[in-house]
Parts: sequence; C-alpha cells; structure tokens
Amino acid sequence: MLTVKDLKVAVEDKTILNGINLEVKPGEVHAIMGPNGSGKSTFANVIAGREDYEVESGSVLYKGEDLLEMEVDERALAGIFMAFQYPVEIPGVSTSNFLKSIVNANREARGLEAMNAMQMLKYIREKIELVGMDEKFLRRSLNEGFSGGEKKRSEMLQMALLEPSLAILDETDSGLDIDALRIVSEAVNKLRTQDRSFIIVTHYQRLLNYIEPDFVHVLYKGRIVKSGDKSLALELEDKGYDWIKEEVDAVAV
Amino acid sequence: MSDSMQTLEQHTKSDYKYGFTSNIETDKLPKGLSEDVVRAISAKKNEPEWMTEWRLKAYRQFLEMTEPKWPNVDYPPVDLQDIIYYAAPKKKKKLNSLDEVDPELLDTFNKLGIPLDEQKMLAGVAVDAVIDSVSVKTTYKEKLAELGIIFCSFSEAVQEHPELIKKYIGSVVPANDNYFAALNSAVFSDGSFVYLPKGVKCPMELSTYFRINERDTGQFERTLIVAEEGSQVSYLEGCTAPMRDENQLHAAVVELVAMDDATIKYSTVQNWYPGDKEGKGGIYNFVTKRGLCKGVNSKITWTQVETGSAVTWKYPSCVLLGDNSVGEFYSVAVTNNRQQADTGTKMTHLGKNTRSTIISKGISAGHSHNSYRGLVKIGKKAENAHNFSVCDSLLMGDKCGAHTFPYLEVQNNTAKVEHEATTSKIGEDQLFYLMQRGLSEENAVNTIVNGFAKEVFNELPMEFAVEAQKLLAISLEGSVG
Repeated sequence: MLTVKDLKVAVEDKTILNGINLEVKPGEVHAIMGPNGSGKSTFANVIAGREDYEVESGSVLYKGEDLLEMEVDERALAGIFMAFQYPVEIPGVSTSNFLKSIVNANREARGLEAMNAMQMLKYIREKIELVGMDEKFLRRSLNEGFSGGEKKRSEMLQMALLEPSLAILDETDSGLDIDALRIVSEAVNKLRTQDRSFIIVTHYQRLLNYIEPDFVHVLYKGRIVKSGDKSLALELEDKGYDWIKEEVDAVAV
Repeated sequence: MSDSMQTLEQHTKSDYKYGFTSNIETDKLPKGLSEDVVRAISAKKNEPEWMTEWRLKAYRQFLEMTEPKWPNVDYPPVDLQDIIYYAAPKKKKKLNSLDEVDPELLDTFNKLGIPLDEQKMLAGVAVDAVIDSVSVKTTYKEKLAELGIIFCSFSEAVQEHPELIKKYIGSVVPANDNYFAALNSAVFSDGSFVYLPKGVKCPMELSTYFRINERDTGQFERTLIVAEEGSQVSYLEGCTAPMRDENQLHAAVVELVAMDDATIKYSTVQNWYPGDKEGKGGIYNFVTKRGLCKGVNSKITWTQVETGSAVTWKYPSCVLLGDNSVGEFYSVAVTNNRQQADTGTKMTHLGKNTRSTIISKGISAGHSHNSYRGLVKIGKKAENAHNFSVCDSLLMGDKCGAHTFPYLEVQNNTAKVEHEATTSKIGEDQLFYLMQRGLSEENAVNTIVNGFAKEVFNELPMEFAVEAQKLLAISLEGSVG
C-alpha cells in the first residue's frame, strides 16, 4: 500500500523529518506516536500532499506509484483520506451539498456512476448512523460552529462515505471526551477491512485502548526510533516518552 | 510562496467570454458632445419638445458640474468629445415580429445566451434588449398589456405614454443629481420603462439586456419603473460588451418609484468587459440607481452581482419616505486583475418604522481594488428606524485590496443601527481541506466563493442565481492544472 523510504522533509529550511522508513501493507493499522514537535503531523500532511513542506530527499510509493508527484486532489481521488486535527470552517457551504459533491467526485474517479439525490440521501443516512450523528447537522454550513466532537465525527462521516484505501487520522483523539472517543474508534473499527489501511497519528495511548494497532512506531526528532506492537503503546502510557528520549539522546552523544 | 498561493494569484487567466462584436449596420452620430448633439439625439428619436427642453436643461447644468473625485478609484480623465453619443442598429422599418429582426442580431443574442424566442415565455421571462443605444425588441408586450402592465423601451414610452414619463422622469434622480446623471439626462439614448397599475402582480420576471457593440460609443440608458399601489414586480438587467483596447463609458440612470404596499425587486448581473490582465480597455461603469419608497409599506430590493467593468462607481440606493417602508441591498462585487470597484448603497430613512438591510460581499483577486461605500441616514422624523448592515470582504492572493467606508448620520435617537464587517482571505487551509476530499482546485475555489456569496445569491431569481454562480466562476477562473 504505502512504502516510505528515507523521507526527509523541511519547513522553511528547518528539517522536520529526518529519514523516515515505513511500510504499510493492505489491512494494517499503524499507530505513530511521539512527543510534541516530533514531526507526527508533518508526516501526515506530507502524505496527504500539503504544499508548505519541502521534500528534501527520499521516496514515497503508494500502490506502486510515486506519491510525491501527485497533487492533493489526485491523492484523495486515488484513495488517500486524511481526518484533520482541526477541520476548517467553510462558511455558507452546506454540509449536505458538500458531502454530495465529494462522494460523486470520488465515484467518478473510480469509474462509478454519480448517485442521484435519492440514492445519495440513503447512502448518507446509512453512514450517519454508523458514526452516530444527528441528521440536523447536514443543513448547517461545513464545520461552522461545530463543537470539537462534532468536527471529528464529521471527519469520520466523510471517511465512511469516501471509503478510502488509506486513511490517516491526524490527532483525531485530541480534545475528545470519552464518549466521543468511543464513537470515533467504533467508526474506525467498523471500517477496518482486509484491504483498508490506517495510519493513526496520536500523542496519547488512550485511543489505542479502542483501536488495536498492528504496529506502533515512536517518532522522535524526525525519525522512527522505536517500533513494536500494541505493548509498546502501553509501555509509553506507563513510562511516558522520557526514557525513549534518553535512549536516543544517549546514542547521539 | 506556496503553489496554492500562486494559483490564487493566477486566478486571472481566463478570457472574457462575451468579447465578440457583431457586424450589424449602425446609424450613428459623429463623435463629440454639444448642444447640437443633444438636439440631434432628441430629433433622431422624434421626441416632443418638452423632452428636448428637459435634455437641454440637463446639459446646461452638466456644463457647470465637475467629475467627482471622491471614489476610491483611479483612471485617466474621460474625453467626452471622443465619444459617439448615439449609435443605433440600422432599422429598415419598424419591426413587428422576431422574423424581421436582423439575423446577425439574433445570433448576438444567442451568443449571449438570451434567446429572444418563445422559450423564454416558459421560463417566465419577458426581455427587452438594448444594443448600443436603442432598444431592439420587447417580448411578451401583448401578454403584459392584457394586465395593464407597460413594458417597453424608454423611447417608445416617451411617444406613447408621455404623461407618465413627464411625471416621473427625474423625480427620483434629478437631472442635476451628479455629473454622470446629468450627462445621462442630456444624452440618454434609450432604456426601459415599466409601469404596473394598481394591484397588479407581474406574473413573470421582466428582463433587459444591455450590450455595447459599436466602437467608441458610450451607452447612456435610462430605466424607469413605477409601481402603483399594491403592485409587485421583479426586474433583471444583464450587461455585456465586446473586448476593446480603449475604455468605453457607460453612464446609466435607474429610477424606481413604489407607491403604498408596492414591491419592486431589481436585480443586476453586470458583466461589462473588465479590460485585459494589464488593465487595458474595459468599461467605465458610472451609474446612478435610486429607488423611492414613496408609499406606506412599500419595499424596494436591489440585488447586484457585479463582475465586470474596468472601473465601477455605483450605489443603488433607497429613499424610505413612506412609513413602514423597507429598503434592501444585496451585493456581490468581484474584482480581478486591474479592476477597480467603488460600490455600495445609501439608505435614507425619512418615514417612521422604516427598515433597511445591507448585505455586501466583496471579492478581490489579482491586483484589483474593491471598496464598499455605504451611507445610512436616519432623518429627524424617522421614528424607530432600523438598519442592519453586513460588509464582508474576501481576498484572493496578497496583491489585491479591500476597503470599507461606512458612513452613518443619525438625527433621531430612536434609531437602531447595526453594522458588522469582516475581511477574510481564502485560506490555504480551506483549499487544502476541500482538495483533500477530491475536489479540483478550481472547484474548491468556487465552493468557497459561492459559500461566501450565498446570502446574496439566495435573493436572486432561481435561474439567474445559477447564471450568477457561473459568471463568478468564469470571472475567477484561472490557471488550474
């Protein structure tokens, strides 16, 4: 699915990612953890195609293609979805119209026929139920005045509607209470399939109580310094990040 | 600078889609302005003496006036002697049906997307088209006449309804109101006239298309709408012009009069040629539009979508004289490349319990400048007047400008006046978000812009709202891909 090799990325001449290697196979769930400023969000944004980042070296292959050559919308239409940490408000754009247009844009890219209004309504209702939202929000402007929890649920709804091959969740758990956290993780668990991969970027371990990752990676100073299974996340919960920092910094000295 | 920022700045590469000229034979006066020219125009139109005198009086007042300098726009002086003040498509005889209209002219209308055929009836639109100086054809006149509604060219109204014209011309915008209104009053060539008798609700949208075709011509049309007690009308005007290297002058006057319980809704989709990317050519659009809510409970709504013209200077206004009368102004003004717009409204509250709403949405791209200028005036006797204003500006790129000049004069302390203003930038965050969901860059920009202008589009008649959205997309269309 995704092969990242020796990826180095800078923002305004400052190197943020300093040689990332990662292999994500179909159906796998990878958690990327790390202290603040370690480069987690940068990694997510680079995969999604945000332009403020300069790729200095390395390569990223997605389904065998050079991802770094693709535009943001091409990546999206090829099946990469990013759930944003802070979804932006877009005033005056009705949520339901927006959902219709993104669903049909993605269907078109997959060679499927556009859904008519009736089919669309049915489809959206089905997914709304899956993420436990109130239908009323469809009539509101996109993300405008949404609470933190509503924004995250709206992201999960969009993910459910677009059925991506690779979903990246960028700190989706930040600012969520325990109920919202459960709803988000239930949505992810329902969407887990043999073919669909997830990259879950998070600072805290608690989301991983609900979503069981196949792999856990610790990012520090722009490098993956430790990889393991779910138990690594639990260890981090127990001991914090300091022991890892010490280990890495000791080697560096 | 990131790529998306550059894209925003490059949202300028589209060409004007209405820039064709039509080879229609025209009958025109030589260039230049003088009393003789004013007389000649009047004579060409076979006008009665009172009309000629009215023009001449306006011309003499005009001679003593100077061009206003207060708008926030910058353009070289207009040489009024270098303009042709009258150019009419040559008529072989008076036209009775569409079959007799010059096929080239019909073709022009088709290119404009306004077929003058019976299909429009299904759409419920009656059309009067003004090319250069003369109104060419008014459709559905007969059907409207059955209800007592008059919808005809201004020239025709001067001939056939002189008592109405005499009574109302200059009653809302006096001939000496301002420099360009005075010029228009002297040399106006044609325009539209609408009269609604008492209690009649016009069953269809009335529509006028203005097009400047001939080189070096100015266009000076005049529109007058009178709505008697309890009547209702919705009127739409659209404007286009060919691409020319030189600037062309458009100085129109629109007067609306609403009696007791009457409602006039006036919508404009203005798409005059804006000039090229370097600012060469384009229309100078200096227009005076004013509505008088003369009767109690009367209502006038101005809705405008302004995407064209090199320089725009325009303040559709309402004088709220009747008690409980309502004035509304909904505006989307888009400027791109080197365009300049100084537009807004004046709401003058004179009657009791009068209410006004101003919703202005300015969108600036390229190197353009977009100013909102609005005056809310509450007179001494206007007890419990209420105004609500919103002025929002959206910037695309970092070389354009948005300016807001709100003025307030309150002489009655029972007035309630609310004003909100925001300026925002199309953010890279918004673009990235929408594109991450699979929308193309162009689509993402249109989505954001249409969301921004939604409150105004909601005020337009349905089919024109769709047209306006397309126009906005064309105006901002650019280098995507």
